[in-house]
Amino acid sequence: MTTDTHDITVTVNGTQYRRAVEARTLLSDFLRHDLSLAGTHVGCEQGVCGACTVLFDGAAVRSCLMFAAQADGHAIMTVEGLAADRDHLHPLQESMRDCHGLQCGYCTPGILMTMKVFLEETPAPDEAQIREALSGNLCRCTGYQHIVEAVALAAERLRR
Amino acid sequence: MKPAPFRYVAAWTLDQALQLKAQYGDEAHFLAGGQSLVPTMNFRLTQPAVLIDINRLSEYAGVKNCPPEGLRIGALTRYRNLERDPATARDLPLVHEALPHIAHPQIRNRGTIGGNLAHADPASEMPAIVLALAGKLRAQSVRGERRIAAADFFVGALSTALEPDEMLVEVELPVAQPRSGACFLELARRRGDFAIIGVACTLRLDEQGRCAAARIALCNAGDTPVLAAQASDSLVGRRVGAAEIDGAAELVRRSIEPGGNVHASKEFQHHIAGVLTGRALATAVERAGAA
Repeated sequence: MTTDTHDITVTVNGTQYRRAVEARTLLSDFLRHDLSLAGTHVGCEQGVCGACTVLFDGAAVRSCLMFAAQADGHAIMTVEGLAADRDHLHPLQESMRDCHGLQCGYCTPGILMTMKVFLEETPAPDEAQIREALSGNLCRCTGYQHIVEAVALAAERLRR
Repeated sequence: MKPAPFRYVAAWTLDQALQLKAQYGDEAHFLAGGQSLVPTMNFRLTQPAVLIDINRLSEYAGVKNCPPEGLRIGALTRYRNLERDPATARDLPLVHEALPHIAHPQIRNRGTIGGNLAHADPASEMPAIVLALAGKLRAQSVRGERRIAAADFFVGALSTALEPDEMLVEVELPVAQPRSGACFLELARRRGDFAIIGVACTLRLDEQGRCAAARIALCNAGDTPVLAAQASDSLVGRRVGAAEIDGAAELVRRSIEPGGNVHASKEFQHHIAGVLTGRALATAVERAGAA
């Protein structure tokens, strides 16, 4: 079979990119390999672990369950777009650091992107809501306790 | 793993999508939300020659009110939008109750009702719900269109009555009636996992408080979503109390043929099907009395 390639224009973290992609290239691999945005991690490649979660037109999605060709004309935000600049982390990132919400850090980008939208839609969540919102992101280090605390602290900081 | 090579075509119109499907038949797959299809492609369990992306067919995304039949839900309506649509809670309480059980928020942000139904996973929630609601599925092809009753749509595990050139375009579901109640319950090891057993039931009372109609459907209880017809019929014409509920639960327990798996033995699935049926019926009766 000849390779089926598509020219796509996609906006990632506010920057517009034009690339030719193979039809079968997953969005997660496109971000990592073609755009060198390796902050998006790839865990299971079957939609279970949540490590590859990015924002697609503002909604948290699994980037391993989409093809790069589908992103043509759409806007994506990855963990690289979260902090305002090199010296100022996003309140979620600050809170994860302050509460020890990560150990190996592999799941962290997916959790940050999922929680970013969650806190915009639910500015004052209770613990049950935070745990429900975290249910699609696996972490094998922390036991989640410190992540829940970090999200609660971030919610408080974002409300100030 | 990575998917095997394929040809990707983004369809801009329904006609274009149907022409392509007519041309390639089983060699082509429609790509809707992709939340079930893409994992199977990543595993190379599915290797379509052509992938027809139908996400641009926005006229098939959304909910239309069409009395008297009920609501017509476009196949490309994402679960995210059903969750956020006030009509879901008002008119489709069974769907509303089940939505949080369907995978995780990130999957529901992308997954569509049509893709979920056409994938026809017997462990999935929505096929059982559409069966409990006696929904109709509208399929279209270059040859024309037809409506398929939910009971005729699911023919086997991951297998539907859709012909190789057909696309599921719409789901018709009846809106909740006065004196009717519904309940969805499932047991899963973890939030977002497939159900060990799930039960969807709907029930309507007459003016004397007797059961006028009942439908109980289960997920992960066989090769297809299972309609427990005998158990449902056992309630009709009767005042549904504890004895009737126990009787129906026992009929459900005896009638299903779950496969058993690493998460639960067949015996446990039988047991849970009875327990959840009893609880779901009791709740549905209570809700019908209040509605």
